[in-house]
Amino acid sequence: MKKVLELKNVSKKYQAKNGEIEALTNISFDVNEGEFVSIIGPSGCGKSTLLSIIAGLEPKTEGEITITGGLGYMLQKDSLLEWRSIYDNVMFGLEIRRKKTKESEEYVIELLKKYGLYEFKDKYPNQLSGGMRQRAALIRTLAINPKILLLDEAFSALDYQTRIMVTNDIFHILKEENITALIVTHDISEAISMSDRIIVLTKRPATIKNIHKIEFEMENRDPLNCRESPKFSKYFDTIWKELDIHV
Amino acid sequence: MYEKNISDDRKKYLRKIRKNKIAIILTRLSILIIFIIGWEILANKGIIDDFITSKPSRILNTFLNLSSNGLLMHLGVTLTETLIGFVSGVVLGVFIAILLWWSKFLAKVSEPFLVVLNSLPKVALGPVIIIWVGAGMGAIITMGLAISLIVTILEILNGFLNTDKELIKMAQTFNASRFQILTKIVIPANISTFFNSLKVNIGLSLVGVITGEFLVSKAGLRIFNCIWWSGIPIRSCYDRGYYSSHCSSCNI
Repeated sequence: MKKVLELKNVSKKYQAKNGEIEALTNISFDVNEGEFVSIIGPSGCGKSTLLSIIAGLEPKTEGEITITGGLGYMLQKDSLLEWRSIYDNVMFGLEIRRKKTKESEEYVIELLKKYGLYEFKDKYPNQLSGGMRQRAALIRTLAINPKILLLDEAFSALDYQTRIMVTNDIFHILKEENITALIVTHDISEAISMSDRIIVLTKRPATIKNIHKIEFEMENRDPLNCRESPKFSKYFDTIWKELDIHV
Repeated sequence: MYEKNISDDRKKYLRKIRKNKIAIILTRLSILIIFIIGWEILANKGIIDDFITSKPSRILNTFLNLSSNGLLMHLGVTLTETLIGFVSGVVLGVFIAILLWWSKFLAKVSEPFLVVLNSLPKVALGPVIIIWVGAGMGAIITMGLAISLIVTILEILNGFLNTDKELIKMAQTFNASRFQILTKIVIPANISTFFNSLKVNIGLSLVGVITGEFLVSKAGLRIFNCIWWSGIPIRSCYDRGYYSSHCSSCNI
């Protein structure tokens, strides 16, 4: 299988007034094309930092990162701009990158139609439901034609029920568009339900504790139906113990 | 939302809202009318001294007399001065706020200066301003500017710095430049801050201009202060051409 993302010995140190903080130590892993990989770890372990580094928003201290294809990034909140219509919101990325062409506009319209947002294109974000907003945010990211999507605690601002449905929704869209996903989350069941592999990180300074392959023997597995599999709770127990969470 | 057959409950609800709105307007008007009529009656009955408080009918008379004496001109002068002070305060304020947002270094450096300048009683600077820019319209506009500028900078900068960090990060995930973040996120996100500051500023500019006029003017609305003490005092200051500092009390 083709590797689209490769990390080799990536480390990150922060300089602060009261000293040096080691956030990440020797992180190495690959992500294959079309794969869904989750990164899970105790809160504050540097998961989000890792994504920011991969996205190039923050410099790394050491190591190598190889990326094949464009990157997209989804954040915790949908961050739709309230003063723009849905259409202008989904065009935002293209506008920023100065890639607003006739073809790209047609592609966006196609995406809007495909994912049921076309009738809402002239509405404003506050007129849409939470799930619709997430779809709009996803289309904004898909518009720049990414091969790999980084999801940083995406959807965690939503309430539980909506979140499960949105996760399912986004999962299908990403599979449909053949996009590779790297997901950062603190939610074990979300990680299991979405991923082909789960990378478990230790407490800070984060290192890789274990990598789990998640396999359900079922056809058309998706985040909703795999929750019913008996293997689901087994995976949950294993990862829960590894995370070693204390209050 | 635009259903044609609205239920009775909905009709009742809408009627209630409309009634409430009308009640608010009517109450406001009655308060104003009762105040003015009460003032007139109390002054006529001699319960309050109309030499000190004047009374509505006399103010109206003087106002009408003054209109033939070029009230419109005075009104225009004050309005022009206020507008110039206001517009330049806003433009300059927004510009400086953008600079300070752009450079954290500059913001840090200027912070104590801004705090001191803001707490300075600008009105007290009046005489100094006259010396600097001369006694004229320039001094009046400078006064208006001095009063509104620092507040504008602080308010707009505060709004800029409090822009939702998530929105900025979202723009960064598309590799937005700092300029793009400014024009596409920070400024549009702060439109309401901007309008709030406009509301405060138009008032402040007027205060500045009137203060300026007290100090140097030959024309402008401060003449209105004289309308208050209409009758002999106003005639005397008007006829004798005491438009300047003598006029601030008017009852010579």
